[in-house]
Amino acid sequence: MALSVDEVRRIAALARLRLGPAEEARLAGELSAILEYVRQLEALDVTGIEPMTHALATGEETPLREDLVRPSLPPEKALANAPAREGTCFKVPRIIE
Amino acid sequence: MSAAEILGLSIGELSGKLSRREVSSEEATRAALARIAATDAKVGAFLRVTPERALDEARASDARRLRGEARSALDGVPLALKDIFLTEGVETTAGSRILEGFVPPYDGTAVERLRAAGAVMAGKLNMDEFAMGSSTENSGFKPCRNPWDLQRTPGGSSGGSAAAVAARQVFGSLGTDTGGSIRQPAALCGVVGVKPTYGRVSRYGVIAFASSLDQVGPLARTVGDAALLLGAIAGHDRRDMTSSPRPVPDYLAGLEGGARGLKVGVPREWFEGGMEEGVERRVREALATYEKLGARLVDVALPHSRYGIAAYYLIAPAEASSNLARYDGVRYGLRRGEAGGLRDMYGETRDRGFGAEPKRRIMLGTYALSAGYYDAYYLRAQKVRTLVRRDFDRAFERCDVVAGPVSPTVAFRLGEKSEDPLQMYLADVYTIGCNLAALPGLSVPAALHPESRLPVGLQLIGRPFDEATLLQAARALERELGPAPAPEGI
Repeated sequence: MALSVDEVRRIAALARLRLGPAEEARLAGELSAILEYVRQLEALDVTGIEPMTHALATGEETPLREDLVRPSLPPEKALANAPAREGTCFKVPRIIE
Repeated sequence: MSAAEILGLSIGELSGKLSRREVSSEEATRAALARIAATDAKVGAFLRVTPERALDEARASDARRLRGEARSALDGVPLALKDIFLTEGVETTAGSRILEGFVPPYDGTAVERLRAAGAVMAGKLNMDEFAMGSSTENSGFKPCRNPWDLQRTPGGSSGGSAAAVAARQVFGSLGTDTGGSIRQPAALCGVVGVKPTYGRVSRYGVIAFASSLDQVGPLARTVGDAALLLGAIAGHDRRDMTSSPRPVPDYLAGLEGGARGLKVGVPREWFEGGMEEGVERRVREALATYEKLGARLVDVALPHSRYGIAAYYLIAPAEASSNLARYDGVRYGLRRGEAGGLRDMYGETRDRGFGAEPKRRIMLGTYALSAGYYDAYYLRAQKVRTLVRRDFDRAFERCDVVAGPVSPTVAFRLGEKSEDPLQMYLADVYTIGCNLAALPGLSVPAALHPESRLPVGLQLIGRPFDEATLLQAARALERELGPAPAPEGI
């Protein structure tokens, strides 16, 4: 399964990663090798096998809790690491031109 | 007691001396801090040391002990945390430049519980960026080295957690294990490392890598110490919805119960080649020791074990690509490229902030989840995960623990595998199944490698929530082999 540089660019755009040309070429090679390796899964017959969609141990159930109002992170603490803020909001560059 | 003598104590021994007031927490903490200062330029286990805070905590602990108000056996014991645990007021980076300068507003649950137990925190430990790696060479800040041989890696991703304990810088540490990241560095550094059952320890306040696989666990120099630490951090937490409400047993209670009557499963697929000769010899000797102690070796099959790496390297990157989407320069961490608008800000922040391995995994995961490929990759991998778990379920019909190697080799040299990501991934072959099946596993030191005299670990995997049996079995081996040796010359 060889991945083209164009394909790498398409995925990088989906992942909001900006890559340089050298990085794109390197990743095309590395990802192709990894995808070639994982192709061995095709050899397995998985007909009728349920996917493991959660990681709880066999027989475990997701515990439920009461829906109670509890204290949460105050805005000042939540905003303490903001690169830019305005009032109690995170500030970002203009989204709509 | 001299500083070196104090640092040679196990947590259990130190705890006894603290309670009899033969040693103070301040003395133990000063000894640890001095040891870190003297050795860490070479080892690189710490990303951040917090000496003033540690000494304050130590003095507070001494005052409690003096008043007869010790909170637990861990009260006053100097520990350290992998830098993936959020620590209120102390910078936390997960080994990534994208989180440089990030100061969490709260403590993670495991950290909170250790603090409540009175433990002293010496600082934050080096790791592969976002826990992605098996050598700690992917740290965004500096590599960590193996105290047994500074030319070699400590393993990873909890390399700092293992190296700090092996180098006698602290008495124990916490790490996280997504595909072997506690057990493999524990094995390569000659310490005990426990990856509990998924759901046993809360992941609240732990920076997420692959949420269906990540689990928190202790690293320590003895099995008893690991049991003590696990008991302190395990248990239900309403803030992690995958946290199990099952009661936590007293892991120390049955620790000395021996191995008589224990059924030890030996997966035939793990002994069909692939292990370095000296490693295989030590693992087989450890199995023979169990027989000598009255355990019975049982042949078991894990036929899907060989597919584990392929399934893991689709599932973990897929989950990572989603978890790492939050690093976008908006709420915390690095922000770059603001002038060019939001898209540029995302792109440049993530380009500058992430190292090569997170980028590789984000790309792989995004691809595996993208339209047209989901069924072929991610869904198929999830089905294979079911098959891996069924293998273990069947094995545990015949045995109490599964035993085998942790790593196919002893610690490898820095740079040996870092140019070839696939080669690095293949080193996880024996540890990944335990995560995929959500089972508890541990690494306990076997005898040193016959030629290189480097540590070799024995892996034990148990039934869900049966950490007690694993620890008891590991303790039986430890008692037979004697205390694990310390690295010399560091």
